[in-house]
Formats: sequence, structure tokens, C-alpha cells
Amino acid sequence: MGILGSYRRRVERQRFRVRAFRKRRELAEVSNRTRQIQPCDIIVFSTIRNERVRLPYFLKYYRDMGVNHFIFVDNDSDDGSREYIADQPDASIWTTKHSYKTARFGTDWLNWLLSKYGHGHWALTVDVDEFLVFPFSDTRPLRALTDWLDASSIPSFSAMLLDMYPKGRIDAVPYEEGQDPFEIAAWFDSGNYTISKNDRYANLWIQGGPRARTFFTQNPERAPAMNKIPLVKWDRHYTYVSSTHMLLPRVLNKVYDVGGGEKASGCLLHAKFLDTFGVKAKEELERGQHYANSHEYKAYHDAMRQDPDLWCKWSEKYINWRQLEILGLMSKGNWA
Amino acid sequence: MSGAGTVGVVMLVHEALDRAAQVARHWATNGCPVVVHVDLQVGQEGFNRFRTGLSDLPNLVFSDRHRCEWGAWSLVQASQTAADMMLRTYPDVRHVYLASGSCLPLRPVQELVDYLDERPRTDFIESTTTQDVPWTTGGLNAERFTLRFPFSWKRHRRLFDRFVRLQRRVGYKRKVPDGLIPHLGSQWWCLTRQTLSAILEDPKRNTYESYFKWVWIPDESYYQTLVRLYSTNIESRSLTLAKFDYQGKPHTFYNDHLQLLRRSDCFVARKIWPNADRLYQAFLNVDAGDLKHTEPNPGKIDRVFSKAVERRTLGRAGLYMQSRYPVEGRENGLTASGYSVLQGFDELLLDFAPWLEKNAGVKVHGHLFAPDRAEFSGGGQIYSGGVSDSALVRDYNPKSFLTNLIWNARGEHQCFQYGPNDTQALNWFMAKDPNAHIYIITGAWVVPLFHSNLNFSEIRKEAARLQRIESAQLNVLRSPYVKARVQTMNMSEFVESPMEVLQTILDAIGPRSMHALSEVPKLVDLTGFGKFLQNLKNQGMHPYLMGDFPTDVLGTQKTLKPRKPYLVRK
Repeated sequence: MGILGSYRRRVERQRFRVRAFRKRRELAEVSNRTRQIQPCDIIVFSTIRNERVRLPYFLKYYRDMGVNHFIFVDNDSDDGSREYIADQPDASIWTTKHSYKTARFGTDWLNWLLSKYGHGHWALTVDVDEFLVFPFSDTRPLRALTDWLDASSIPSFSAMLLDMYPKGRIDAVPYEEGQDPFEIAAWFDSGNYTISKNDRYANLWIQGGPRARTFFTQNPERAPAMNKIPLVKWDRHYTYVSSTHMLLPRVLNKVYDVGGGEKASGCLLHAKFLDTFGVKAKEELERGQHYANSHEYKAYHDAMRQDPDLWCKWSEKYINWRQLEILGLMSKGNWA
Repeated sequence: MSGAGTVGVVMLVHEALDRAAQVARHWATNGCPVVVHVDLQVGQEGFNRFRTGLSDLPNLVFSDRHRCEWGAWSLVQASQTAADMMLRTYPDVRHVYLASGSCLPLRPVQELVDYLDERPRTDFIESTTTQDVPWTTGGLNAERFTLRFPFSWKRHRRLFDRFVRLQRRVGYKRKVPDGLIPHLGSQWWCLTRQTLSAILEDPKRNTYESYFKWVWIPDESYYQTLVRLYSTNIESRSLTLAKFDYQGKPHTFYNDHLQLLRRSDCFVARKIWPNADRLYQAFLNVDAGDLKHTEPNPGKIDRVFSKAVERRTLGRAGLYMQSRYPVEGRENGLTASGYSVLQGFDELLLDFAPWLEKNAGVKVHGHLFAPDRAEFSGGGQIYSGGVSDSALVRDYNPKSFLTNLIWNARGEHQCFQYGPNDTQALNWFMAKDPNAHIYIITGAWVVPLFHSNLNFSEIRKEAARLQRIESAQLNVLRSPYVKARVQTMNMSEFVESPMEVLQTILDAIGPRSMHALSEVPKLVDLTGFGKFLQNLKNQGMHPYLMGDFPTDVLGTQKTLKPRKPYLVRK
């Protein structure tokens, strides 16, 4: 891409920043503990809506990993999620009743909070059903990774979304509060991901997994994107473009090696397909607040009414990050 | 302490002061005098706290401080100042060990002392000439010594690079001072008083210094070069285990390296992640009771880290994923392992795929690129790794489809049928892939038409279309860029001696093919095929890919005979 392309992306980035700045007014502070944040802290950023049952495990998972602070945007929950987070000693939360869709699926809100509180920090932007695994995550805390990334001058870390699902009907085993969701949703697809490059933002566009093979066999181009770059040494000039799939400036999207080598990367285990999914899909469909007229949720809703079993005999049961590394879903790169 | 002399430790500290203090205390309380140099970039407050924390140690002093920068002269200056102070303050010291704040002794200090006592005249310093060093990065090997490097590589990379290029272009070359032969090596050394003082007290020290000031990364070359002038006994290796990645950054050790470090038997390792509690806990409390007198053996650690570098630079062949997406030509292996593309076989042989699967002991798929669906072996809708049989999904990204299939097979040889009726999107990809074995019986696609119940005009049209497609494919396979193993024969050649061809294929792919074939596939009925071709010709189409079929030869269905096995007799 030439100078003109670079200039256009620059303008686009400024536009996103202005948007985020304007959308800040939609956010009402509920509980702000950001003054506790220390200069080296790792911060999780997340948007939630009615996720009360998931929150305890989510917080525990990332606290154990070494995250120091949580910043939430609550999109009008009515199940006690907001109150629960407000009570947490290491979390700050803003709330809004405004449209998730016109805030570009929450990206504008998070961009604002990222620029305000994330500057100079390692920021991990994840949904509450996304659980990061990275090389050595069973023996090393997240700070080991961010220190290594700092030392290697790497500003962003890729972690592809990996849809996890149970064996049998999705709603067969109810998820209990505080439970590790991967005790139920223990399976994943190991090798059906398609990759192409998005020249506009220089990011990779990855699709595949159980959703692509069950819900989108007739229109594979509409299968959801699995590429994610959730961990970024944030700078106030950065913006997420669409969810955490890609960022501007584009250099942050170059998380892949083009010369045959492998850069380090992780996975976001996606605990979407639990018994909570059916209800959520229906609700989201009614709200119509999701990407591309919620066609994704339409597809789910139709399929779920028939036979909601994503498991097949080629499904792989999750063991640990080493397994994902061997399968080629993530890589240690040169971290040893 | 044996009477011969002690080991003094010069410590360069610039970060993680708590850990540095812990290690400094460890050295000092185990009888090694310590001189600490703290980078001037550490604030006065931090320095004072650090100093106060160590003030109870009688054999630990602080040297004057310099502002240090990676790759710059200041690092050498710091070590000079501190080493000078060590020699003056502690006259008993015989060996001086240069360490950093993130170094960690792995063995009891007494073992190091004993080791050096046994080698009182030996200087441990890695020192090799520029021709012999494989580990320098950035192409700056000999040029480190012949160019000038006034700009910081870390802070002003662009200026640094430009200035290097400029000097190369104008042909600038510095003169190395007389008598010096540039040597390189790890910056962590252990020198005897004699050698070290000779270097520091050299009357020409100023000349050498003004030269090394503009050398790139002088801490890897200053002592390494000068030691060659004075030392009587150089052991060219570092006692400090330090591994470097492909960019020349030191690898870091974490808690999970504990066993690896223990088994290495190295004296000191760097660098240790400051939060690696278990390492500090384990190695700073080693029981000095039973001393080992083993040589350091970093072999295993070497392997772990060189594998990591390999993963970063070469990656895994045939893998396309979120952090490995090679541009065309730099894939280092288009696919993960060998596979065979069989064209025309299942048109000519009855039940060919099951037969091959049985006899070759490999996976044999149907037409993976068939227009309606991917015909996986076993007939399922989903195959290994979760690959879907949907033609739409496959054709949405055929390259991913194929590379995934091969990658998922974990090295098990895959075979699939192919033909002009299938999606042709990967013809170039497969042609350029050395892993592809492509066997083509040209013109065999006409056999299903021959057996079909279509009107002849439709047959003619379809035959023309398929011939055009196959012809285009063959053109690709004749290109000079082809890396696949390609074997083409026309249909009449195959029908002449089918068993030879099949045996070749079996030999190429099947582990079990050494056995004589027990059963052979049947050739389809070709009665009247010659006439059929003639009819096509008569209708104005020219079926040329099949070879020659006389109008009335090939009689009734023919059973193939296996070739007789060769017997070796005594």
C-alpha cells in the first residue's frame, strides 16, 4: 500500500478516535477505581451485557493469570452484573443504555476507555466468554509474556478465537456459576481454519471452526472472523477497528511472519457454546444489535432449533496450550 | 577459602534492583568480594535504597556510576571502573568474574571457587575471530570493527542503519590499531588479576579506547580482543550460561526452566526473569554440603533454545496459521507432507480407491475437488481436523482446504482422485509443490462419457470441455516452475501395461507395497471404445489426449494380472 493508502488509514484512525471521544458521553460511571492502577499494571477491558453467571470465573481466571485491573462497559444489564462488578476491589465499570450497534458493537466505548486508561499499559481486550491461553501459560504468568514482548519490541500479540463446545446437546449440562466452562465445553476443531489477508488493514482474516462447518456451509464468506489481537501495549493513538479483530495503525496487525517463520501467538478459548447460548441467541436476535443485521444469530437460531450438537468424531478434546501448539493453532515463536 | 586467592565479582546492575541485591548478597556472604556498578539511569532514590540494603556487607563496595546504554562504549567503561576498583580494593582477588544484576549462580559459590583454584592461570573468556562467529546478527560482523557507530541502535535505528549504509557506499574503513586482531565473544568473562590488570594498565590503553569507542557493541569485543595480547592461557568459553535469540537478545529463564538449569551444571546463568521466584529460591539456597566437581554441560539448554530460534525463523513446513502466513515463494514447504494426485485411475479401474487404500496402506480419497462435495475417504461429511465436505466451503479457500487436509494428516500420505471435472483452482499450487506426486492418465475422463446415457451431441460438447480443461492443466505441468513429481501417460499407454504403472505408484507411496499384489483391480469394459472415439472424430471433435485406440481391438472385459514377484534364490 502506497502513501495514499497510508494517509487514508491515518484519516480513518483519527475518525475512529473522534468517534470514541464523542461516544464517551454515552458512558456513565458506576464505580471508578482506576486511581489504583500502577504504571506497570496489566488491564483487562471488556464489554458485558447480562453475564452475571460467567463473571466469577472470568475474574478469577484473569486474576490468577496476573491481571491487575478490570475495566468494564456494561450495556444495560438487568441481571445484577453491574452491581457485582461494582463490588469488586480491582474493577471499574461504566454503564450505558445506548445502542451497542451504533457504538460499532462496543468498539467505540472501549476505544475511549483504552485511550484514557490503557495508555502505556498492556491492555487485554476480551469478552467474558474469551479465555486467553498463551505459550507457557500453565507455568508462567501473563507478565512473563508482556515482559518478553516488551524486551522484543513487539507491541501486539495475536490470539485466535477457538470455539469450544460440549459433546452432545449444547444445553445438556447447565453451567454453574464459578465453574470452569471448559469442563463442559471441552472440545474444539483443530484444523479447518481458512486464512486470507485483508490488504486494507494488513491483518489476516481467519474463518473456520464448528460455526463455519455447521452454520455457514452454504455461505462460508459470512462465517465469523476468528482472528483476534487482544493483547496490545496500548498507546492513546491506537484504535480497534472492528471488535478486536484488527487495529490501526496497521503495523499492530502484523502479528504474523511472512518469511516462513512463526511469531509467538496464543488462543482465546471461546466459551460461547454452553446452555446459556440458546437463550442468548434468541435474545440477541430480538435486539438485533449484532454485526451485519445479526445474520450470525439468525443462522444459530435456526440451527439450534434442530440439533444443537457441534461435536463430531474429529473433534479434539482440549488438554493444554502445548496441544494447541502442536496442532499448529498457536506458536511459541522464539519464546522458550 | 584456599590460600591461593579469592574470586571477586564485578556486578553491572541496571534494573530489578531487588534481585540484584539478593544475588550480590549471596556472592558476598559466600566469601566473594563484590564491586557493584549501578547504571546512572537508576534514580538517586533507588540507588540509595539499594545501597543501604547492602550496607551491612563488609566485602561489598560501589563503584563510580556511568550512564550505560546497550551496544555502546559506556558498558565497557562501567566494567573498567568497577574492575579497577576491585583490583585496588581487594588485593587477594585472583579471578574477577563479570556478572550482571540478572545473573544467577546455579551452583554453590564454593564450587566455582574450587574450580578456579584448580585453574589459577586460566582466563575464561569467549574470544573468537569475526570469521568464526555464526551468532552475530544484522550482517555486521567484521564491519563492527571497520565502521563507526555514533548512533544508538536501540533509540535511533534509522539513523544507525543509514549511517552504516552511507559508510559502505563511500567505502569508509577504519584502521584497526597495530597489534590488535579483532575478536568477539560473550561479554561475561572471568579473568585473572594478571590479565585484567595488564589490560587496564596498558600504556596504550588510551589508543585502544579511542578505537573501541566507535566499535559496535564494544562490550563483546574490547576484552575479547585485548585478552589475546596478554593472556597466557585462554579458555575460550564463558562460565556464564547466556543464550541469545535470533535478534541477539538474551533469552530469559523462568521457573519452568528449573530442571533444565539444574542439569546444565553451569556456574552462572543469565538472564533470569526477576519474578522467577522459584529459581531464586532454589539456587540461592543450594546446599553446599555435597560439592560436585562436574564440568558445565549446557548442551540440553542449547538444544531447547536453538529449536526456538528455528521455530521463529523457519517455522513448520506446510503450516498456515495466525502467526505464520508466508508470502508466495517463502513458504519453506508449501504443504506439510507428501500426497498423491491420481487422475484418470478411477475412471479406468473398478473400485480403484478401496483397492489402493488396502494395498498401499494409506488414505485414499475420492474426488476431493468434485463439483458437488469433497469425497473424503470413508464418505463422511466432515474429515480430520473438522474439514467440511461442502464444496462451497472448499472453493471459498481451496488452498486452505488442501493445506489443512495435509497438515491434519500428521504425515500420513494422502491420495486423492482428480480430474478435469473438478475445481481446477489449485493446479499451479500443486504443480509448484515438491510434496505433490501427480499421476495423470490423460483422456481417461472420456470413459464415463463413453458409458453414459447422454445424447451424443451432449457427449461431444462435454468431451470438448473436459479436454480443454485437461489440456490447460497439462500446460501448467509442463512449465519450468513445476516442482511436483509429475508422471503423465495417455490412456492407451496405460491400458497397454496398467500393472507396471500401479506398481510404480505403490512403490512411491505405500509402506506395504513391498509385498506382491494379492489382488488387482479390474479394468472397465472398453468394448467399442475405439469406435466411440471415432464417432467423436466424425462429429468434428478431436479427442487427442487418449492416445491411439484402433476402432475394434480391446475385446471383452480384461482382468489385470499381477506382475510376478522377483525371487531371489540362493
